Amino acid sequence: MATRAIDSRDTVPAVTADGRRRWFRGQAFWLVAPALLLLVICLGLPLAIVTLRSFSEPQWGWQNYAWFFGTPVNLTVLQRTFAISAWVTLVCLIAGYPYAYVMTAVGPRMRLVLILCVLVPFWVSGVVRTLAWVILLQDSGVINSAIRAVGLSPVKLIRTQTGVVIGMAQVLLPFMILPLYSVMKTIDLRLMQAARSLGASPARAFAQVYLPLSLPGVYAGAIIVFILALGFYITPALLGGPRSTMLSTLIQNQVLSLLNWGRGGAMGVVLLIATFVLLALAAPLSRQPHKTGSRR
Amino acid sequence: MKQPGRILLGLYCLLVAVWLVAPTIVVVPMSFNDKKSLAFPPSGFSWQWYQNFFTNPEWSASLVGSLKVAVVTALFATVIGTLAAFGLDRMKSRVSGVLRALLITPMVVPGVVLAVGIYAVYLDTRLVGTMTGFVLAHTMLAVPFVIIAVSASLEVFDKRLETAAASLGATRLTAFRTVTLPLIAPGILSGLLFAFVTSFDEIIVALFITSPYLKTLPVQIFSSITRDADPTVAAVGTLLFIVTSLVIGAGLLIGSRQGKR
Repeated sequence: MATRAIDSRDTVPAVTADGRRRWFRGQAFWLVAPALLLLVICLGLPLAIVTLRSFSEPQWGWQNYAWFFGTPVNLTVLQRTFAISAWVTLVCLIAGYPYAYVMTAVGPRMRLVLILCVLVPFWVSGVVRTLAWVILLQDSGVINSAIRAVGLSPVKLIRTQTGVVIGMAQVLLPFMILPLYSVMKTIDLRLMQAARSLGASPARAFAQVYLPLSLPGVYAGAIIVFILALGFYITPALLGGPRSTMLSTLIQNQVLSLLNWGRGGAMGVVLLIATFVLLALAAPLSRQPHKTGSRR
Repeated sequence: MKQPGRILLGLYCLLVAVWLVAPTIVVVPMSFNDKKSLAFPPSGFSWQWYQNFFTNPEWSASLVGSLKVAVVTALFATVIGTLAAFGLDRMKSRVSGVLRALLITPMVVPGVVLAVGIYAVYLDTRLVGTMTGFVLAHTMLAVPFVIIAVSASLEVFDKRLETAAASLGATRLTAFRTVTLPLIAPGILSGLLFAFVTSFDEIIVALFITSPYLKTLPVQIFSSITRDADPTVAAVGTLLFIVTSLVIGAGLLIGSRQGKR
């Protein structure tokens, strides 16, 4: 990035370089302006109104936040939202890490198949995918029919936290696998051979060589999955029951059913702050230190 | 790695792959169910849910609504996002880094919080349930995807080609039209596709700003799922899966043919 910017500036004829450059930069801003304007109108303004209403309705003050943090049910839901997100992240990591590794190790044709499997979930509307999970998890569903066929007693999956985690993890798994893969494909596998030839056991070579090099991908994948999970709405709403309500459902309920913009807004602000604090904390972790100069 | 370890790893991946793909496949048999139920396995065969999708005005109206919104959104988002990607590319890296992070925030803002805010704004400006309202919100959500796609192709684009064109007497516009644009067209095209899909698939904001006069397909699917067990939803899912598979297959084919040239 940086090197190319210098390149292109060098190629501008020296006489007009200064004037041209300034004009370029001014022009560059105007190119971005429509996107920024749209962002202000459709993102900035709505979030500002949500924040404002959390303080102003029904009257000015901290009442809505006091209510939120003073009501045990809300705290339970907040805690559960974080717990479910953590579980989903963990499940995605356990399922995604070996998968991403295999993607780097197989031949090009097999790799295409594996990539397609990751991308197929994106092809089908998110709502339809959740419906599919209803079909799979319900009491008369595919999984329970299989369990019954084997002769075991059926498990309650739909309207439970387990069901929500299974469904959400499947929806979010691509967001874990893709960053993992993009980091892992830059790791030189000969490093592992070198470690082995120096007498390290496979486990030790993995733990001391491969794992540390893949960590930026782990952080990047984990943070995006966790953050997206925090704000999930459709999957918990359809797969979950009253005991697996997440914060988003609560917000929707306050605003659409109870018309309580103040309380809904306060919950929204809490969720928003949690998201951005996590993002800010995790951003430095997912940067790849050895790749700073140029990309590849 | 030793042989048994490899086999175990392969089996594990197969399991993960099945987990990824199974929900997409399971709606296919359900869509041919002959009873109005989502219990598995389906008890008989019929086309009635496909018929219902195409003849029931509720479903066809929502499909038309979704298509309209998604087409307009994709066009707007592609223009705005492509311009922004060019602008970011020409800026000092520190400024563009900050702006880029800002411009992709719609991807991480929790959907419901955003939807509540947009709903509030639209209630005051009477945009609830309007085409303008849908397109505005969806364009904002889709622009980041266009920026990412176009930026990726700009990153591999050699800017000296523009300088070469200019040195041969081309004006900036001619150079852009005849050199730059054809070379980054794949990026713009995939941005367009992403924008379309983002809008076509968007549900949370749509659930808040929908009205009886303008409903999108995901909203219709959601309300159908919450109302009763109607296999029409499975038929819709199957149709969507087939159409997207065809589009992506065609895209891959064109892409590989271009790659060979």
